[in-house]
Amino acid sequence: MIIKKIVGFLTSLRLTVVLLAFSIILVFVGTLAQVDEGLYGAQAHYFKRWFVIGVDLFGHKLPLILPGGYLIGTSLLVNLVAAHVYRFQLKTKKIGIQLAHAGVILLLVGQLATDILAREMQLRFVEGEKRSYSESATDYELIFKNGGQETAIPATLLNPGEALKISSLPFTIKVKTFWKNSGVSFRAPMMKSNPLVASNGLALNFDFSSSDEVKSMDQKNIPTAIIDLISPAGVLLGDWVVSGWTGDAGSIETVTEFYQSQVGAEMARKISGQLAVPQSLELDNKSYVFVMRPARIQHNFALTLLKATHTVYPGTDIPKDFRSRVLVENSATGEKREVEISMNHPLRYGGYTFYQYQMTAGEMAEKQGITPSSVLSVVRNPSWLTPYIGCGMVGIGLIIQFMYHLVGFVSKRKTP
Amino acid sequence: MKKWIPAILTLVMAAWFLGNLSVPADKDFAYNDFGLLPVTANGRVLPMDSLARNSLLAIREKQTLNAEPWKGWNEKPRIIPATEWLVNVMMNPDVANDWPVFRVDNPDLLSLLKLPEKDIAKKLDGKHYSWNQIQPGLAAFDKESERVEKIDSANRTAYENAVGKMHERLTLYTQLENAVLPTDAQDWPAELAAYEKLIPEGVAAVQAQQAGSAFNTNYFNAFAGYIQRFQFMAGWEPPLILPPNGSHQQWRRMGDALLDAPRGTPVDDAIHDYAKMAGALAGNNPEAFNAALRDYRSTLVPTQTQALAKARSEVFFNQLEPFYGAMVIYILAGLLAVFFWFNMSETLRRSAMWLICLAFVIHTFGLVYRMVLEGRPPVTNLYSSAIFIGWGAVLLGMILERFFKNGIGACVSSVIGFITLIIAHHLAREGDTMEMMRAVLDTNFWLATHVVAVTVGYASTYVAGFLALIYILRGVFTKTLDVDTGRSLARMVYGIVCFATLFSFVGTVLGGIWADQSWGRFWGWDPKENGALIIVLWNALILHLRWGGIIRERGLMNCAVFGNIVTAWSWFGVNMLGIGLHSYGFTDAAFKWLILFVGSQLGIIALGLLPARMWKSFQAKPGQTPA
Repeated sequence: MIIKKIVGFLTSLRLTVVLLAFSIILVFVGTLAQVDEGLYGAQAHYFKRWFVIGVDLFGHKLPLILPGGYLIGTSLLVNLVAAHVYRFQLKTKKIGIQLAHAGVILLLVGQLATDILAREMQLRFVEGEKRSYSESATDYELIFKNGGQETAIPATLLNPGEALKISSLPFTIKVKTFWKNSGVSFRAPMMKSNPLVASNGLALNFDFSSSDEVKSMDQKNIPTAIIDLISPAGVLLGDWVVSGWTGDAGSIETVTEFYQSQVGAEMARKISGQLAVPQSLELDNKSYVFVMRPARIQHNFALTLLKATHTVYPGTDIPKDFRSRVLVENSATGEKREVEISMNHPLRYGGYTFYQYQMTAGEMAEKQGITPSSVLSVVRNPSWLTPYIGCGMVGIGLIIQFMYHLVGFVSKRKTP
Repeated sequence: MKKWIPAILTLVMAAWFLGNLSVPADKDFAYNDFGLLPVTANGRVLPMDSLARNSLLAIREKQTLNAEPWKGWNEKPRIIPATEWLVNVMMNPDVANDWPVFRVDNPDLLSLLKLPEKDIAKKLDGKHYSWNQIQPGLAAFDKESERVEKIDSANRTAYENAVGKMHERLTLYTQLENAVLPTDAQDWPAELAAYEKLIPEGVAAVQAQQAGSAFNTNYFNAFAGYIQRFQFMAGWEPPLILPPNGSHQQWRRMGDALLDAPRGTPVDDAIHDYAKMAGALAGNNPEAFNAALRDYRSTLVPTQTQALAKARSEVFFNQLEPFYGAMVIYILAGLLAVFFWFNMSETLRRSAMWLICLAFVIHTFGLVYRMVLEGRPPVTNLYSSAIFIGWGAVLLGMILERFFKNGIGACVSSVIGFITLIIAHHLAREGDTMEMMRAVLDTNFWLATHVVAVTVGYASTYVAGFLALIYILRGVFTKTLDVDTGRSLARMVYGIVCFATLFSFVGTVLGGIWADQSWGRFWGWDPKENGALIIVLWNALILHLRWGGIIRERGLMNCAVFGNIVTAWSWFGVNMLGIGLHSYGFTDAAFKWLILFVGSQLGIIALGLLPARMWKSFQAKPGQTPA
């Protein structure tokens, strides 16, 4: 009896209707919230959640509790599968509708899988540069290099006050300060007015400061931490600043551009060059080089940027085409071939997909006198095919159903 | 006689429409011929006629210039065609700068610019001002404009928006002024000749100065003066006037070409021809102007054959104004269809259908002509989405009318056709409606599949919504909605919601697949994606509610009306949030209209929720109220 009730509930059309209604509300609210929270913020707050507690809209807090994206998605999935299994009939009349619903199930499962499995990264290279790794656009890691050995600590572990003891490192890392987003400025030799943020390395030449977190898609949070390194005996070895500003070519380029207008190109390069110098620590005759950089994923193949082309429509700045000619090298398979990656034409290789993302090339690069560079967006998504199949199933299913009704409707009218 | 009324009406309207093609011939200056010249602006080759119309739309919100706006329409104010205005802005600024072309509505902006109020005696209408009238207030304006530019467009007040818009208008005007000759030129042909003559001595003087040896200061200063003026011209990035020739593969700006002259590229014929035109215009000498124009055109014939042909077909399209014509005929048809319900005269219904067919033919012609001109699928921007949504909805309405023959399909066709075309008409003010596609959008495959499917989804959701509107309005306010009509309306709405679900779903998922192809993610919760998803979910919800018997005839109607709101949100609302990948074009005016539209739809839903006994139609036969 109870089982029958549960089955009745899980397969009921009323449940579907309620879930659909909630999903409409959630999507609507989650769209409005993007004005305040930004795309990623709203995604985390509304869609990648089981429950949404408290809603912020246009700066107003509303005491609302909504089912989150995960809850609605899973419930819809359960409802659909249950109804599908329970009511399945092999009749011509129902084939269309069943195919369409099976397609929706596949889409939901596919999105769930994407959510769990997909990783999004970036690969930035200048013409002639060879790269065999991709970098995260949002996550950073603190790296300690000792000879060939590398230890990576995700920046998310660097909580202020925390003392990290890692087995491969002989010292303890004590986090004094961590800023999710930060700014950097050069300490001009004549104007050393601010106190040093740390007493060693980079901090002698640069000031770092906390910045407001950014939320929009085209801005980036660059973290900075101030750390104490403490020997096994408990002796303070010194304090250092480690910053995302130092670890990748993109942010160093930003610093160069900033100083270019103030002190000229040559000086600006010198300043940003100093920022790129790695910091190190000597302990027990071993040297540990450390740097904070975007989190990396190593590929077993390499890409070399041969040529970056950026064309615009004549007499305007409207981009017409971005295009990267890339050499793919894979020692395992012996491949060495050239491919072209452009907008709407990604390269799928080695389980990853490489998309043309940003570019500094063409006239713009010429004017600034820099080597053309290209940024590829790198995605690993094992379930990338599901939407294609799911969409096809729903489309065909709905067409079958629709034609079935239409034919019925027309023939009914013809024979009154 | 009655039999012939529809045909006669249609013929009259067709004749009216084709009348657009008879453009008054040039009296003295051959402005119409000038309008056929190709030029490159917004990244594409277009006729001067289009450049003139688009610029005038952006600056004055009309395609023509009323030179005497203080006069009432019955006092016959002087109307200046777009090309005549453009010719004078580009080559005869002394005259053009006195024409009241800038539309200023915002009261705070009016007082910032210290513009005089409406005063018929002083020839002021309080809305339109000339460059010369605005000039004195520019110093104060520039300060404000600089401040406003730093504010996010979403956070601007109405006044700040007006400042931003005015800045764009002034920039556009200045660009046009610097397209052909320096604005401060007194006698351009003479100055150009003097410059050409000066080049050898000027270059020698500059080289000597750079080498540190003695140089002729007169030559040096005169030459530097020219260079400075030409750099100023080119710096504004005006339209590219000069076509490719033997030494250049690309279209060039006049300023750049003049700067190239000392580097060994001779001043070519096109530059001389334009200078002659400018001289003739300033000297009020039509024959000389027309002769120079003919000379210039004859040089284009062998080299720019394609550009000339394309320009000619675009000018034809501009003059025909098919969407405007269709819009007028749709209104007429809509009126006839509504009257039909009151007297049930078959002649009225047939007349309405004939007119809708005529308007639809014109609408289709315009749509296809645009596609061929652009070499693109039907929908490339918000403007063309309005035209295509209208087209799809009209087609659906016509099919319904063909089956049911009860005037309802005709009414839906004409009303949606009219509304979408008037929306398009207003969207056209934003600038060139045939703008070039940004890199990621430059793919006819996805534009033809994803965008078309989504827009068909919009169109059909609107058709369902308007059918429901008719049901509710007729049912509540008239006695004309009998049970049969009610049932057939419900069947129509149900069928169209199915159709809308199919297209909006397929369109939305295709959009996801496109995103997967170009950004590497199928779904990104971007506002426009979410808007489309809500339409799919809403349509699916209606279908499930109906299948579950949770709603019946009237519930279905109320839900379908709400579909109008959902679609309007996806089409325009999300763009107004000013975020995401699809955020193009925000206007305050559009926001006001969106709110009004949503309010009206909610009002109609409220009517639909009135108990059946308060509906006029259902009162006559109690007990027969549709469940």
